[in-house]
Amino acid sequence: MKSIYMDHHATTPMDKEVLDAMMPYLTDNFGNPSSNTHEYGHIARRAVEEARKKMADFIGAKSADEIIFTSGATEADNLALKGIAYNQKEKKGQIITIQTEHKAILDTAKRLQREGYETAFAKIDEHGIVDLDHLRQLINPDTVLISIQAANSEIGTIQPVAEIGKIARDFNIPFHTDAVQALGRHDIHVERDNIDMLSISGHKIYGPKGIGALYVKKGIRLVSLIDGGGHERGMRSGTLNVPGIVGLGKAAEIAQRDMKTETERLLKLRNKLATGIESRIEQVKLNGHPTKRLPNNLNYSFAFVEGESLILACRGVALSSGSACTSASLQSSYVLKAINVPESLAHCSIRFGLGKCNTEEHIDYLLDLLEEKVKKLREMSPLYDLAREGIDIDKLNWTKHSH
Amino acid sequence: MDVWDDYTEKVMDHYENPRNVGVVKDANGTGVVGNPACGDVMKLTIHVEDDIITDVKFKTFGCGAAIATSSMVTEMVKGKKVSEALTISNKAVAEALGGLPKVKLHCSVLAEDALKAAIEDYYKNRDSK
Repeated sequence: MKSIYMDHHATTPMDKEVLDAMMPYLTDNFGNPSSNTHEYGHIARRAVEEARKKMADFIGAKSADEIIFTSGATEADNLALKGIAYNQKEKKGQIITIQTEHKAILDTAKRLQREGYETAFAKIDEHGIVDLDHLRQLINPDTVLISIQAANSEIGTIQPVAEIGKIARDFNIPFHTDAVQALGRHDIHVERDNIDMLSISGHKIYGPKGIGALYVKKGIRLVSLIDGGGHERGMRSGTLNVPGIVGLGKAAEIAQRDMKTETERLLKLRNKLATGIESRIEQVKLNGHPTKRLPNNLNYSFAFVEGESLILACRGVALSSGSACTSASLQSSYVLKAINVPESLAHCSIRFGLGKCNTEEHIDYLLDLLEEKVKKLREMSPLYDLAREGIDIDKLNWTKHSH
Repeated sequence: MDVWDDYTEKVMDHYENPRNVGVVKDANGTGVVGNPACGDVMKLTIHVEDDIITDVKFKTFGCGAAIATSSMVTEMVKGKKVSEALTISNKAVAEALGGLPKVKLHCSVLAEDALKAAIEDYYKNRDSK
């Protein structure tokens, strides 16, 4: 039997309605939307434009033309940052972001830095929330972009997007937000929140993989990264992924339709899980903000228990960890490091990402499992013994890092 | 990536049912290696009598592989002469488990280090008497 899926920040299962919507465009309606000389092209074109409109409605965009379809959110993030930076290659402007961004932002910013552009990081607090005063201080005449995520994928922290948007507007600087995790789980409205660009991923909102979008407000100019037929207002060439786009549009429609009820349901489950963990297991630490977090996210460190071993013990449930032992790089989570979670606790972190398929029974099952396995692993942990003797493990003189 | 996809049945067995968990009551050798900041700490306690390791127990904070290698190393040294135990390499521990995923090989190094540290401590205790 497959385990219970509780890793919805990584990806989500595609909705059956989405698949049904896509099917005709994988077979009969195979036309290229750029073909304007026959109905095959027209049919595909209409489907794409309908999807574009649905996505625009969902995020509160003024016009459907402001949605640029991409291969995913990584491409959207790349396009937003490089597209703005390359507008003024001589100026080598400054981009302001934060340390807890997705790697698609951080590594893009790093590359731009190598090319001579500047990156500045606005301070964040211990919950991961951006310091707005510091953000304001960082802005200088060379600032060409502010890019701050709407919500974090590990700790679920929700940023004050509307306030960032207002600052950006006051200084007349474009504001980009990676809304991959927030979309469908938190209220986002690009016009109301003064967002100029917004990255979208299909597979995080029960849509297909391999499709995403970048919302680009009218008036924002981007240098394209992929040259060719001049699709998507010249910002993203390449024959449109019609089935993917139709699926993304459907996913947006469903997310918009179900968001309120689903968010409330998830919040109830999430709170049940949080209360259960905190009442049944001692010495746990919640990573991220207690309230300003995604309704489906929890991230706890179970002190003295290494994350991979706990995940292994709880393998009836599909979870993830910030522990180094679950990453190929053997580095613990950079997000937890950025919010000053001690490394010894970062290794003990587990991320819970709830979603549509999860039920109250799943939470009950998980709580029993966690309580039993944390107890078992603590009995095995030399750190637990030290803690029981009242010794602070972070202050001991440990041997050097073994890796 | 399933972190445990690459674990052998033996690794899983030693992880699920670890042998010799605990602390030897009348230990005359203790080794603690690793670092909580690195995600693994191993504590090995031994009791040596007439140059034979008569009892050995472990406590480990670490991933599945770290727990399994700790368990395995205790089985490998129990009843052995101290000099024999010293020849047990991390490679031998990994092999006894049917192999470890590449990224987890360092866990077996930790097991070897813990054993060596415990024996060193035993020698120190013995010589200071």
